[in-house]
Amino acid sequence: MSEAPTTTPPTEAALAHQGTATPRPAMSRKSVGASQRTAPDRFTPPEPAALEVRDLSVYYGKKMALSGVSMQIPVKKITALIGPSGCGKSTLLRSLNRMNDLIPGARITGAVDYHGHNLYGSNVDPVEVRRRIGMVFQKPNPFPKSIFENVAFGARVNGYKGDYNELVERSLRQAALWDEVKDDLKKSGLALSGGQQQRLCIARALAVSPEIILMDEPCSALDPIATLKIEELMRQLAKDYTIVIVTHNMQQAARVSDYTGFFLAGEAAYGQLIEYGPTEEIFTTPMDPRTEDYITGRFG
Amino acid sequence: MAVSLPDENFTLQATGRVARRQAISRASKWVLLGASMIGVVVLFALIVDTIVVGWSRISWSFFTSYPSRFADQAGLRSSFIGSVWILSLTIVFVVPIAIATAIWVEEFAPKTRLLEFVKLNLANLAGVPSIIYGVLGLAVFVRLFGWGSSILAGSFTLFLMILPMTVIASQEAIRQVPPSLRQGSLALGATEWQTVWYHVLPGALPGIITGVILALARAAGETAALIMIGAFTFIAFDNTSIWDSFTTMPIQVYNWTVRPQEAFRQNAAAGILVLMVVVLTFNTAAAALRERFRN
Repeated sequence: MSEAPTTTPPTEAALAHQGTATPRPAMSRKSVGASQRTAPDRFTPPEPAALEVRDLSVYYGKKMALSGVSMQIPVKKITALIGPSGCGKSTLLRSLNRMNDLIPGARITGAVDYHGHNLYGSNVDPVEVRRRIGMVFQKPNPFPKSIFENVAFGARVNGYKGDYNELVERSLRQAALWDEVKDDLKKSGLALSGGQQQRLCIARALAVSPEIILMDEPCSALDPIATLKIEELMRQLAKDYTIVIVTHNMQQAARVSDYTGFFLAGEAAYGQLIEYGPTEEIFTTPMDPRTEDYITGRFG
Repeated sequence: MAVSLPDENFTLQATGRVARRQAISRASKWVLLGASMIGVVVLFALIVDTIVVGWSRISWSFFTSYPSRFADQAGLRSSFIGSVWILSLTIVFVVPIAIATAIWVEEFAPKTRLLEFVKLNLANLAGVPSIIYGVLGLAVFVRLFGWGSSILAGSFTLFLMILPMTVIASQEAIRQVPPSLRQGSLALGATEWQTVWYHVLPGALPGIITGVILALARAAGETAALIMIGAFTFIAFDNTSIWDSFTTMPIQVYNWTVRPQEAFRQNAAAGILVLMVVVLTFNTAAAALRERFRN
């Protein structure tokens, strides 16, 4: 069992120094050690599962987009989904909080278990699902309202009765945005920079106290500095939240995630889970040659 | 190295083919300008002519007098009040119904062939001549419902007439709201209705308001449909109830134009001026509101 070097995660104070040129703190990652994996795509994380995907296939119309995925998403860890475009990783992510419902013609088979309930069970309300499983999108999509209202919106529609000033401050602090915006909470969310907008969207998601946060390439529209801030933020959030992130950036997956799932469409037009395991193993000793080809940049 | 001397024949002026192409290009601008001016000039001539004929009749008493068989004593009072009644009621009916229809069609209706059929026919309905709506109003509201030639029957007829175009304008506005806003809202656990109420409607509002006001401008100038349901009458009292018989400004103008006396023509011209100012005000308000909400 090898122990990865652990450093203290960025503290509140360190995060408060947003915008200054602080040296990049090393990402902390609890080593999960060598695991007993019998097949590349058969892996059970030691932690309890926040979500259990069971033989999930997704179709858009007649076209199959994702075939037979089974994987456990461990609680309070960061799970990265990587793979080339069209491999179905975003499709999987969107099916974890019923956002695929919005796509006309989308249909799924299989199950996603959450607290012992199938998200696609007959009595499941998608609004209840999305309240508990939040999402941050590729392109920051703040509402054309004030910063305050952006954060407060989710709580409002969910009938939150507490102190909104406190909630907005706490959420913005959690998203490491408070110090930058505390003096102009009335300013439009659209007036912020791209990175700030994305952190606003994260703050907005946190304000409804979800258990799980899904992130669909959250940094692909951001510059490297802003990306780094979001990554630091993710490590911070992983103490309290389960995070699933789709990313095209393999360095990002390596830096930030605890577990990594590799997807590929290959000869078949539909995406499949090729390999799943602790991030270190996936990046250092992958079992499937296709995984190795991808992470070493031989294709994709 | 040999330094090339300035060539006497070298020029950057357009010559030959280039000159010809440039000439066509310049001419095309004049042709396009000419085409654009036809409408403007005709309209301008009309306005000037109307002002010349009718200006002398514009006075305070023109607004405060009831119609009369003496041209110099006749005024717009009852038809102005009738127009206000009719338009106010039409707004009350059309705004909620049109927005509700547009929201349902764009946001909630299952995407079926039936829906496509309904959408297509909505567009067709917007193109139906107003006289047809007048016939419908006469048959249904005036006769079948027994409302007579009342303000209620008139505003229902106009409501039906402008409903399709208001719905279409609202649909258009709703479609302009980016899907990412809806997704952002839904991903926070908002219901579909909350998403519509807090994000889609506010985003679509400028477009909806513009559509409603332009439709109202059309209703304000509508004559045929109202004549059809029996509003071509002599009204010498102020309307106080939705069951009153009524007349409107365009009908009054029409009424005056068919009289043989020259003096009534002047009245008609003055009435047209008032009507034009009203419609122009509507359109300006639409533009101003749109800009304001867009900020």
